[in-house]
Amino acid sequence: MPDLLIELFSEEIPARMQARAREDLRKLVTDGLVEAGLTYASAGAFSTPRRLVLSVEGLTSESRPVREERKGPSTSAPAQAVEGFLRSTGLTLDRLERRADKKGETFYAVVEKPGRQAAEIVAEVLEAVIRNFPWPKSMRWGNGTLRWVRPLQSILSLLSDETGAHVVPLTVDGIVAGNTTEGHRFMGNGRFVVTGFDDYVVKLKRAKVVLDTAEREAAIWQGAQNLAFASGMEVVADPGLLSEVAGLVEWPVPLMGRIGEAFLGLPPEVLQTSMKEHQKFFSVRNPKTGRIEGFVTVANIEAADGGEVILKGNQKVLAARLSDAKFFWENDLRVAKTGMGEWVEGLKSVTFQAKLGSQADRIERIAALAREIAPLVGADPADAERAARLAKLDLRSAMVGEFPELQGVMGRYYALEAGEKPAVADAARDHWRPKGESDSVPSEPVSVAVALADKIDTLTGFWAIDEKPTGSKDPFALRRAALGVVRLVLGTDAEIKLLDMFSAQLGRADSSVNETLKALKLEAAKKFQEQTSGGTSFMTAVATVTREVDGRTVDARSPDLLSFFHDRLKVYLKDQGIRHDIIDACLAMPGNDDLTLLVKRAEALAAVMKTEDGANLIQGYKRAANILAQAEAKDGVEYSFGADIKFAETDEERALFAALDKTEAGITPAMAAEDFPKAMAAMAGLRAPIDAFFTAVQVNSDNQIVRRNRLNLLHRIRAICSGVADLGRIEG
Amino acid sequence: MSDAPTTPKSFQEIILRLQNYWAAQGCAVLQPYDMEVGAGTFHPATTLRSLGTKPWAAAYVQPSRRPTDGRYGENPNRLQHYYQYQVIIKPSPPNLQELYLGSLAAIGIDLGVHDIRFVEDDWESPTLGAWGLGWEVWCDGMEVSQFTYFQQVGGHDCKPVSGELTYGLERLAMYVMGIDHVMEMPFNDPQSPIPLKYGDIFRQTEEEYSRHNFDGASTEMLLQHFKDAEAECERLLAFDPQDPKSGKRIIMAHPAYDQTIKASHLFNLLDARGVISVTERQAYIGRVRALAKKCADAFRQTEAGADQ
Repeated sequence: MPDLLIELFSEEIPARMQARAREDLRKLVTDGLVEAGLTYASAGAFSTPRRLVLSVEGLTSESRPVREERKGPSTSAPAQAVEGFLRSTGLTLDRLERRADKKGETFYAVVEKPGRQAAEIVAEVLEAVIRNFPWPKSMRWGNGTLRWVRPLQSILSLLSDETGAHVVPLTVDGIVAGNTTEGHRFMGNGRFVVTGFDDYVVKLKRAKVVLDTAEREAAIWQGAQNLAFASGMEVVADPGLLSEVAGLVEWPVPLMGRIGEAFLGLPPEVLQTSMKEHQKFFSVRNPKTGRIEGFVTVANIEAADGGEVILKGNQKVLAARLSDAKFFWENDLRVAKTGMGEWVEGLKSVTFQAKLGSQADRIERIAALAREIAPLVGADPADAERAARLAKLDLRSAMVGEFPELQGVMGRYYALEAGEKPAVADAARDHWRPKGESDSVPSEPVSVAVALADKIDTLTGFWAIDEKPTGSKDPFALRRAALGVVRLVLGTDAEIKLLDMFSAQLGRADSSVNETLKALKLEAAKKFQEQTSGGTSFMTAVATVTREVDGRTVDARSPDLLSFFHDRLKVYLKDQGIRHDIIDACLAMPGNDDLTLLVKRAEALAAVMKTEDGANLIQGYKRAANILAQAEAKDGVEYSFGADIKFAETDEERALFAALDKTEAGITPAMAAEDFPKAMAAMAGLRAPIDAFFTAVQVNSDNQIVRRNRLNLLHRIRAICSGVADLGRIEG
Repeated sequence: MSDAPTTPKSFQEIILRLQNYWAAQGCAVLQPYDMEVGAGTFHPATTLRSLGTKPWAAAYVQPSRRPTDGRYGENPNRLQHYYQYQVIIKPSPPNLQELYLGSLAAIGIDLGVHDIRFVEDDWESPTLGAWGLGWEVWCDGMEVSQFTYFQQVGGHDCKPVSGELTYGLERLAMYVMGIDHVMEMPFNDPQSPIPLKYGDIFRQTEEEYSRHNFDGASTEMLLQHFKDAEAECERLLAFDPQDPKSGKRIIMAHPAYDQTIKASHLFNLLDARGVISVTERQAYIGRVRALAKKCADAFRQTEAGADQ
């Protein structure tokens, strides 16, 4: 049983692509081998910045012979059909078999594929994998046409068994596969021959390459912790950074340094972001002060001087970075201390969206809405408005210009510096949330009010100018904004009539758009003047200017924003385990713009549907509704005149009358109090009397008075139930 | 690689060593382009010459301007005017990484003591309609070069692929010489009769241009010049290739490209003045890119840019 070793040696592979590439290499090669008729015992893939490696153990030395048989046309079939069969099988007529069967004689093609040597199959599979490797981004180099993530320099491909190691002959775009590789770029010692996987791992380590990523990660983390521990500090864990750094080195050498005293006053988020994003440093915290005071960098070399020069260099780079950050921070604080007026002014000249006006216009709209939402979520309206006016100001700060990911975090610092209340300052940080599906929603009322106002304004704004998401295109992340609103509303249990908010905010968006249009028209008028004075004919000028203005005229705002929300809500509730038909049954009810009520209704309905009465009630309800619908269609009337108990003939019928009276008396106040569980429970109580009624009573009686009365009784069932939810939409 | 790399004494010595090194590797040592550009890539020796099949190997210093990076000469290594060293070889040779490491050794970087790393950095110039894959090269955590295999320029596939190396000269030199503040870096030999530091030459201009870039430049004028450059570029490219005066076929790809360079720099200045919003920004970049593409199209019609 031979073992297979493949190494694809290239210029540096991006760290973030290595994990996926390992998996792809393993899967694509082993799938290819199996498909070609080989089997194997185990396979493992590895990567370093310069190599992708696959080791397959216990490979069969040749594939099994395969016999394929295909039935063709009858021997008496027209020549064309036979020719077609020959073409598709690649055989000649004399190679076909003739077999007698019931209908006469039929052609058969029998193709025997002999077993093939593993080497031949490996070469074929490997070439195909290299040529079609699914890199997220690949490139060409030099004069070649081959694509790889970075220039591919050599291929090692070796089958080894008891007889020794044999190169699998293979040439891809001029690269001839061999049995050699090289070690570390700076600490290795030229190319060397490899005889198998174990030999490969040992020789690589001698040439200062740790092949296994997990081993490198462990070495980095252990080394970093040891360094920190030795000076009474602790490393801030960051698994993402760890895996990235492990993909940047073949021979990790952690080194620890201190952050200069001058920078320790920077906010910890700034220190961490700057060190991680720019330098790939781990942050080191002093547990006594709680501050970030040091860093660990990971070198890729055992330097002759023990890393002194490397550490000094890294420290210098960090100092330059942090002095930049300090420059931003101090400048920003100066603006913050004076109340951030400079940024307020600045946002007036920053366009949010061509038709919707500037960031300042946008803030005006958000502030107005935040004030309206505030009482609904338990926030002080003045605080909410204030917070909305401050929340986006850090967009103008130098720090956010440099580190956009610190947007909000910096806003909070600056608002505090400006002397704002903590709740107002927190809103600057938290109104951006939830930033994604995994992000939590804020719960502080002022933050909630601003977060809702911000997102609703974004949605109504783009709805007002008819820039709705289509298919996979959602450039302004409106779906995420709507889902954010859904989660915010449900997270706080706030009862908000969304339609009211929409129309208020669409109105504000309209006036922003009109202001912009007015400016456009003025500009157009000027252009018109230029055009006509420039000798263009009157009509041409009119046409040019009209075309320009019309091109930017706003389409009527769309009324379907709410249904856009409902789509998000459905997805959200489905994730919470609520069936889509139950959601539909509740969406069909009036007041569906109040998401909190809507969800309460859906939850109550879902709960009652889990009970036996609830599930069976649906059958009874549907039966009633069907009979009624058929009769109404046939008779051309609507049976809604009110059934009278005096025409009831059976006890079951009278019992249903009584039950409906009782249920109605229970449901009406429960619904008025928005107590859905109580209303649903009352409704579920109808199950037994309805079932009994249908068992004992024939609705379509020959007595027309009795029949009409019974149909009217069914109508009461329908009417009472549909006040709670549209049960007809429930499946089952 | 040189056996015993010695530390250069001045900024200009580093430049001279790079010039000698790349000359020895067979590059044509060109001079800087005589226009304001944001990076060495804008030099037509790189943008235009990376198009078409003709082999090409050039190296040059390019003064580069990034108006938003002005720090009034106070930041230890951020400048609105600085120097890049640019190497462009088409097709990219298989040992380009080794050649590059050789150049580091040539300027005194001991590869046994320093930590050299190739960190993913896909290069893209939205204004040039160009992109490539490669790395930023780190020396002890400091980005000292950009290393790119061009895949597309001006919307055209690069066939063959050019390898491009860009060194940030000040940073690299400061690092090699152990200087903490760029203004303190010796420009010429400190033993010269008249020793000059970087600050003696550039501190005042950094102050002047920082003020100019952030507050002084007339935005109205810049906006007008942008429009003019755009119009002129298109006008030049609209000429009939057949020149009646010389009787030759002359496409004015380079003069038109000069206008693209102008438009790009004007956009950078407008950006520094803070008058371009996020959404407008995309539109401006798109306008410059459209010019760059037209110039690339035109250059491909010329002898130097054609396929052979």
